[in-house]
Amino acid sequence: MQNNAAHHPMEKYLRMDRMPHIWCSSCGLGTIVNSFMKGIKNAGIDTNKVAVVSGIGCTGRVAGYIKLDSYHTTHGRAIPFASGLKLANRDLTVAVISGDGDLFAIGGNHLIHAARRNVDMNVICVNNFIYGMTGGQNAPTTPLGAYSSTAPYGNYEQPFNLVGVAAAAGASYVARWTALHFHRLTDTIKEMAKKKGFCFLEVVSPCSTVFARKNKGGTGLDILREYKDRSIIDHEADPQKIPLGMNGEIICGVFINEDRPTFWENVQKGIEKRVVKTKNYKVIKNRESVV
Amino acid sequence: MKYWEKPFGREKPQVFQGSINIFKDRCKGCGFCIEFCPNNVLDFSNEFNKKGYHPPEIIFTKKCTYCGLCESICPDSAIFVIREEVK
Ligand code: SF4
Ligand code: SF4
Ligand code: SF4
Repeated sequence: MQNNAAHHPMEKYLRMDRMPHIWCSSCGLGTIVNSFMKGIKNAGIDTNKVAVVSGIGCTGRVAGYIKLDSYHTTHGRAIPFASGLKLANRDLTVAVISGDGDLFAIGGNHLIHAARRNVDMNVICVNNFIYGMTGGQNAPTTPLGAYSSTAPYGNYEQPFNLVGVAAAAGASYVARWTALHFHRLTDTIKEMAKKKGFCFLEVVSPCSTVFARKNKGGTGLDILREYKDRSIIDHEADPQKIPLGMNGEIICGVFINEDRPTFWENVQKGIEKRVVKTKNYKVIKNRESVV
Repeated sequence: MKYWEKPFGREKPQVFQGSINIFKDRCKGCGFCIEFCPNNVLDFSNEFNKKGYHPPEIIFTKKCTYCGLCESICPDSAIFVIREEVK
């Protein structure tokens, strides 16, 4: 029943001329891209009105593989680029897909401030606990005791709990899944695409070539099996209290889903207050409604 | 023994059947589809593909229920299922 003339349903959404992608065998990134595209499709948004921004790293390659308007920024600068994009063209649904190193180390400040301002964008952070592309250096998410190229005796540094950081910075939507929860991932991405405000999703993903090799974790398949045993779904969990470690539970779920005024709404309110007394107000207001 | 009515008075629920398509040369042999197929339809084949991996092969065609899990989990878009109408 093999029919190589048939088309895979994802082919419409991927740049097939660039395939095969560079991701290693049994890396979770391909699954996450599939889920992302399905989520966007299920949200019913015009794909011409979706833009994807990514930074550098294995996950940064996503921007080059999906058939949407996309931009591959310099290291760590995906969020400032996406903020500008969203503010200049507010019809767009802007998604940032990048790795833990790009978003939380090099671009850490951008992330917390975009969350604080509640800029309307969807940030999908693929957490594989290490810098994969550059050869396995310690990342801000590497668990205590894990081995990496720059931690040959085990990591001494306390890692970030990504959902905790995003929640503390003020994100209006915070969720965590693993690459194994691809159906739930699709639903969450659909929900995020429709939601206003800063949405943060952490996807725990296997890095078979670097993290698993350094830590004797086997292949990506072994890691997915491990996720199956370790992950627990608890939507009520407090994002501050669910750090990830080498062992122990991976608490998944949608932890925060609330509505706060977005950055643009606050800007508008500010402008209105300021100019309401001037005679040009009408002109400005009309121009606003045209934009 | 003959029943005057089928259990619950209903026909047997219709089950979909899927027809599986594999792009062998795209596969990177990760085994996700083989491991997580709920009906164990797939297994590694003995042949090598262009990249040197063992792509999956279908061992129980009839058992596939068109759940689409293999299609969703494949990181390389190498496998997909089409619904076949009747069973
Ligand atoms: S290095 Fe790790 S994260 Fe990068 S493609 Fe390979 S498995 Fe995936
Ligand atoms: S569609 Fe479902 S049952 Fe059929 S091969 Fe794929 S995973 Fe198995
Ligand atoms: S999930 Fe895809 S890449 Fe992995 S073994 Fe199956 S067909 Fe091959």
